[in-house]
Amino acid sequence: MSDLRTAATGLGARGGRAPRPRSSLMPAWPGVLFVTPYVVLMIVFGIAPAAYAIVLSVSKADGGFAGLANLKRVTGDFRFVPALQHVALYIGIWLVAMIVLVVLLALMVHQVRRRWARTSVRFVYYVPGALAGASSVLLWLFMLDPAASPIGFVLRWLGFSSFAQTIAPSHLPVILAVIAFWTGAGGWIVVMYGALNNISGDLLEAARIDGAGAVQIAIHIQLPLLRKWIAYMSVLSIAAGTQLFVEPTLLSQASNAIVPNDYSLNQLAYQYAFTLNDLNGSAAISVLLLIVTALASAVFVTRGGLFDTEPTS
Amino acid sequence: MSKLFHHRMLRSNTGRNVLAGALLMSALAACSSGGSTPAVGAGAGGTYGFAQAAQNSSAPITVWVDSDRAAAVAAFTKANPGVAVKVVTYDGSANGSNSFKTKIGLLDRAGQGWPDVVFSTQNNDAAWASQKTNGKAAFGAVLDQGLIPPGVLGGFTKGALDPCTVSGHVYCLRNDLAQNVLWFDKTLMTKFGYTLPTSWEDYQTLSAKVAQEHPGYLTGGVGDAWTPEVFMWASQCGANQVTGPRAVTIEATGPNCQRAAKLIDAGVANKTLSTVSVFSPGFVKQYAGKVLMMPGPAWFAGAVFNNPSALKLPAGQLGVAAPLAWSGAQPVTGDVGGGTWFISSHSKNLAAASKFAQFVTTSDDYQVDLAPGYPAFGAAAAKWISKQESSKYYATSLQPIIDAGGQIWSGWGSPEFSQEAVWAKTMTPLVNSGQSIAANLQKWQDALKNQAQVTGYTVK
Repeated sequence: MSDLRTAATGLGARGGRAPRPRSSLMPAWPGVLFVTPYVVLMIVFGIAPAAYAIVLSVSKADGGFAGLANLKRVTGDFRFVPALQHVALYIGIWLVAMIVLVVLLALMVHQVRRRWARTSVRFVYYVPGALAGASSVLLWLFMLDPAASPIGFVLRWLGFSSFAQTIAPSHLPVILAVIAFWTGAGGWIVVMYGALNNISGDLLEAARIDGAGAVQIAIHIQLPLLRKWIAYMSVLSIAAGTQLFVEPTLLSQASNAIVPNDYSLNQLAYQYAFTLNDLNGSAAISVLLLIVTALASAVFVTRGGLFDTEPTS
Repeated sequence: MSKLFHHRMLRSNTGRNVLAGALLMSALAACSSGGSTPAVGAGAGGTYGFAQAAQNSSAPITVWVDSDRAAAVAAFTKANPGVAVKVVTYDGSANGSNSFKTKIGLLDRAGQGWPDVVFSTQNNDAAWASQKTNGKAAFGAVLDQGLIPPGVLGGFTKGALDPCTVSGHVYCLRNDLAQNVLWFDKTLMTKFGYTLPTSWEDYQTLSAKVAQEHPGYLTGGVGDAWTPEVFMWASQCGANQVTGPRAVTIEATGPNCQRAAKLIDAGVANKTLSTVSVFSPGFVKQYAGKVLMMPGPAWFAGAVFNNPSALKLPAGQLGVAAPLAWSGAQPVTGDVGGGTWFISSHSKNLAAASKFAQFVTTSDDYQVDLAPGYPAFGAAAAKWISKQESSKYYATSLQPIIDAGGQIWSGWGSPEFSQEAVWAKTMTPLVNSGQSIAANLQKWQDALKNQAQVTGYTVK
């Protein structure tokens, strides 16, 4: 965003009547150069499809204007409200787990004194995230089957004697949140750790001299300075979470549909597009997701001060 | 493994669309008036009842098959070296992927690129492939208007083409049948001194006895999505009465459904019915050597019993008996899947496509020599059975399988939505949490009605 702003200022200055000295004009060009590929890709693969989806969502199958008819149809579908509840519950559990545990773990890793220990712990956290989405879910299919899982005794202790019992519908939000946390948290721990490293040593030193302990430093200095990063993580996590698709889809196939293939909103959109041949209904769900995600992100962006410019001093 | 997958999936239900003459006539009218002006047909046959693309008798044909059916293509090219065939291997729409429909939907939007012949592991694809979607011509070519000779169509086992029949017309050829029979371990039955049940009532009594005298042994399974096709279908439960291309009547709470549900509840309660899938590692661990009886489809023999990665039952033990009947009712059975072959209405070489589809469904070169499942084509089925019997694996004659092929109850249809998916989503979790099926039939009925409605059916 700030890149765009820089680029715009640069262009404006160039066209202005009283051009600034050459030296301040020059840096604008590299900025434009850097940002152009991103802008082009964003338009082609982000904005244009979104615009197409919005057009589809208010159109009839034959192209006429449908108004809100598509939206009414999909929200009236008996699968819509359950799917919405599933996704909301999942995001709720996952987001809280992410914010609390990721920050906590990053703070703990940061406290580790030995360099080699710190590096290896960070590496270990990161490993699960290196597995691509679908393959990590396949791994979990085995983890969740008491007959095949290395933690089968835990599952049996919890009272699950078969895969079908483990993945009973009421357990799914937690299971999906655990899978998502396992695959996604490591990367964020590394990011948070980097953010912690950015906090000036002088500041921490001053706090220590004033008698602050590790907990007080964490609460009063590190956490407030991590606020932006937490907001950033939340925005991206909400965007990813609302698009829940791969996990329930694979679970559905592996469980012979005990996990339904319309568990999440994104799956329902897929069903509309490819099972019911109703791309307009599908687009209506996508647009709904877009609106909800944009609103939720707006909250985090404003509350988290994500776009606040740094004081230039 | 792919054979397993072929059978594991959310196959939907077979059934019949019994049609009144009047409906047939209106459908005929609809067929001939749909679409653009027919191009000149291949040969002298005329139009085959649908609008054709311009024909080219030397154009190569593209066929979509799953990996199991690759052998069918190889057999065809060996027997017909003059016909150019391009093979595309896909998942056969298995495991609920619905990829056949998805891909055709996209090609319909593109307006080109359709395959000439498609194999599907599902048996409910005719429900959509026979219909125009969003104004586009139906993908499936109607086969009984001259494209496939009546003599060939007549050679299929009675009822085999019912899942392919919509509004009185045939839109696909059945590859294999999956009629349910009663599988049993003859060695165990003799050892325990039990007589084979012939009715569901006897079966239930014997199961209760097994639970008492030999706990841990199984007389069946309800852990898979095809449970309604084994128990509800055979009980003539009216949960799936397809009455027209877009009309279905769902009565899932009647006495016929109740008796089957109570039988399931009793078996789950006394642990003679397994609640885990027959393809799960847990099933093999827990029940290998402990399956006394199992009502299930013809393909259970190869996929569950005589399979080194499943129950691994030694030769000479597996017996097969006629499907169980409810006393006082006609002996009927259900079936679990059975693949289908479609010819594209967009094909530029219908003659070759028709030749291919006939070969893979009827010729001994494939259906008898290579096919893993019970052939839907009558003549091939008889030879396939004698070939199986000559393997000496079975402890009894396989005649009950042939008989059961003609006893599939026609009151259970093949709608576009998956019966199995609805059961798996609604009822399987109840079974797993120890709740009664009989007490929750209303829930099943509501779920089926909802699903039918969003799929575009008029529901009664």
